Amino acid sequence: MTDESTPAASTAEPATVQASGGEPHDAARLNAITKSFFGVPANDRVDFDLRWGEIHALLGENGAGKSTLCSVLAGLYHPDSGEIHLDGERVDLASPQQALEHGVGMVYQHFRLVDRFTVAENLALGHPETGFVTSRRSLERQVAELGRRYGLEVSPKAAIWQLSVGEQQRVEILKLLYRGVRILILDEPTAVLTPQEAQSLFATMRAMAADGQAIIFVSHKLDEVLEVSDRVTVLRDGERVGSVETAEADPATLARMMVGRDLATPDRTRATAGGAALSVRGLFADGDRGLEALRDVDLEVRESQIVGVAGVAGNGQRELAEVITGLRRSKRGQIFLGDVDITRASTLQRIKMGLGFVPEDRMRTGMAGGLPLASNLALKAYRQPPLSKGPVVSQKAVEERARSLEKQFDIRGVRWAMPTSLLSGGNIQRAILARELSAGPRVLVAAAPTRGLDVAAIDAIRQILLDERDAGTAILMISEDLEEILDLSDEIVVLYEGRIMGRLDPDEASPEVLGMLMAGRTVDATPETAKDTA
Amino acid sequence: MNDSVLLLSLASAIVIGTPILLAGLGEMMTEHSGVMNLGVEGMMLGGGVVGFWMSSQHSSVALSLAVGAGVGALFALIHAYLAVTLRVNQIVSGLALVITGTGFAGFVGSSNDSALIYARPQSFLEPVFGESMQDLPLVGPLVFGHDWVVYMSWGLVAAAAFWLFRTRAGLAVRSVGEDPASADTVGISVGLTRYVYTMIGGAGAGMGGTYLMTQIFATYQHGITAGLGWIAFALVTFAGWRPWRALVAAYVFGALRNLGFTLQILGASVPSDVLNALPFVLTIVALIIISARPAAARKYSAPSALAVPYSRETR
Repeated sequence: MTDESTPAASTAEPATVQASGGEPHDAARLNAITKSFFGVPANDRVDFDLRWGEIHALLGENGAGKSTLCSVLAGLYHPDSGEIHLDGERVDLASPQQALEHGVGMVYQHFRLVDRFTVAENLALGHPETGFVTSRRSLERQVAELGRRYGLEVSPKAAIWQLSVGEQQRVEILKLLYRGVRILILDEPTAVLTPQEAQSLFATMRAMAADGQAIIFVSHKLDEVLEVSDRVTVLRDGERVGSVETAEADPATLARMMVGRDLATPDRTRATAGGAALSVRGLFADGDRGLEALRDVDLEVRESQIVGVAGVAGNGQRELAEVITGLRRSKRGQIFLGDVDITRASTLQRIKMGLGFVPEDRMRTGMAGGLPLASNLALKAYRQPPLSKGPVVSQKAVEERARSLEKQFDIRGVRWAMPTSLLSGGNIQRAILARELSAGPRVLVAAAPTRGLDVAAIDAIRQILLDERDAGTAILMISEDLEEILDLSDEIVVLYEGRIMGRLDPDEASPEVLGMLMAGRTVDATPETAKDTA
Repeated sequence: MNDSVLLLSLASAIVIGTPILLAGLGEMMTEHSGVMNLGVEGMMLGGGVVGFWMSSQHSSVALSLAVGAGVGALFALIHAYLAVTLRVNQIVSGLALVITGTGFAGFVGSSNDSALIYARPQSFLEPVFGESMQDLPLVGPLVFGHDWVVYMSWGLVAAAAFWLFRTRAGLAVRSVGEDPASADTVGISVGLTRYVYTMIGGAGAGMGGTYLMTQIFATYQHGITAGLGWIAFALVTFAGWRPWRALVAAYVFGALRNLGFTLQILGASVPSDVLNALPFVLTIVALIIISARPAAARKYSAPSALAVPYSRETR
């Protein structure tokens, strides 16, 4: 029962042949890939080509179709139409396993590692050549060897939970290299890394490219793309905008390619802002992974004002909302509601003081999906009369209140005792707004208020927010949707890596400037050319 | 010297510990796949009563044990269907299995034509080793004085440890218990794995029950397991999901079981209820000790997906 025929790691043998120039075939060529979800195209006839030995960046906003395109190449999604050629051969990838057999592997944003297994065990799991008896020693030796070659050093005997996020990512890459992957897709790999870890990842990527392998690097960060990639392909709204050699690209052009759609400035009515209702001073907080997610954030939202927080997801928006609403602890800094310091107040105290919250994840944190809508609508008001008398909740009052809110906020499709989760997204969002606004808040924190909704629902929700602002409420609106930010905000702040990159007046904000800020570039002076892009 | 009370009670702790070990080892395999089966007591009774009936009909002890194991596995199949396919709450389904197994044993045991209460096994196992080996000081009664089932159970412990931690199949089952979504993405069938290991658990319990009835008590009575199934269930936690620790733990629990008799012989009197509770108290103490050391807690804690139904759509 010996195990000398241990799995062959990705050897340099085929790769070096590819790297030696004159190779007739591209590593991968995607022709006219179209992939729709529920009738909405995420990729619309996208062409993409990847050469051996290059680091090819895929740049684009959230929802531009980067992840979809990568998932198609990784075999996770099957395209509705279009062709995939790998090394000159047309292939049909029905599963990630098949893609792996063709040498294509993807590192997802959420790692797929078994936490309590060691590094070596994770590599052996599911590897087709793992023998019946797992030979730890030879496995550990191979892991160490691969690690040395690509600068992916991590102890093979360590359990995954003992490793930092950056090390876990190395294990994911090692896992793919060990499977013999030669086309590596990294989906927003730096999103979870510290700057130092990112630098070490870049070194690995370069080592792999020098070895003749092909790497797709998904990012929305201009600096990183310019630093590490050989070519850039920009996607926007599911379509390919174009590809450029990185050496010939400049940040302004890329930003315009990334963001530059026609942003019609709507007729905006402005309410006259009053006194400060919500102030945040020098706020620091950690994210779930223990990395710093907010760094020295200063904010002020006045009465009758909407402050829009723009930024690509994962730059501290969620943490900001959670710290303000009391769901997450801050490390430093202060939060004021009016002139009362609420930094240490409980969530309930904040609610009682007039803070409303529309959470980002409407089903998970916004509503108790299994309960009927009437109960959900009562979730904040049930503590006081008329809904409750002492410890007893009046079901009749709850129902009556629900019916009047349904009418007022036009919530449709409600049937008696039906679980709330069966309502459509737009109706759920109306219901959350109904619950929060019926409490008469002074300050409303609204995260991604229209994400995933259809056009009619979006308009309705936005109108509700505008009306609420006109009625005097201070609204902090966090959104990844630039159009929404530009349409609704009275002031825009841009978050990047937990810092406020800039503050803009929406009338003066151009997509180019916003795009630069969101991608982490500071704008020294407002460029004269900014208006040209519209 | 080999007649000392202490030595004799240690030797008999190994005997009474054997059905606990068989059932506990089975449950350990089940739990490594992420399924918690509280029905050990029911499967011991249900499997054991059929195994006992077999022993009254046929002289092969091996056959009785196999039949008991088979019936135990069938009881476990009910749990697998409920817990894996229908994804019902595993606590409820396990408790239902206890009631079902107990009821089944009572029904089979008291029906007139079988009259199992008056039946006796046709044969009893003899120690494997000869008199000269058994008379060796100390190791004689402890190591060489047992029947082949005891030695088989040692073999099973070694096999389980090797299987779980050194083979590809073990890696697969542990990944199913730890992180079924990851296991699924590398092509391991979560459902099939859980069915198989749940049935292995049932087989262990059925075999343990049969051994208890045919070789230790040599009789069938209603509720004869008297909580041994629950002790076997606690054993898995006490042993930190590690086979070799289960071996030691089973004999510790077995010794506690005998402690009453030993104390009586020695002239002390302790209420039996206190003694019966000791295995559970000990398990709680073990959990407290383990959880005080974070690294150990991580290493010897339950599979992460234990008792969590898996469904592809909700991952």
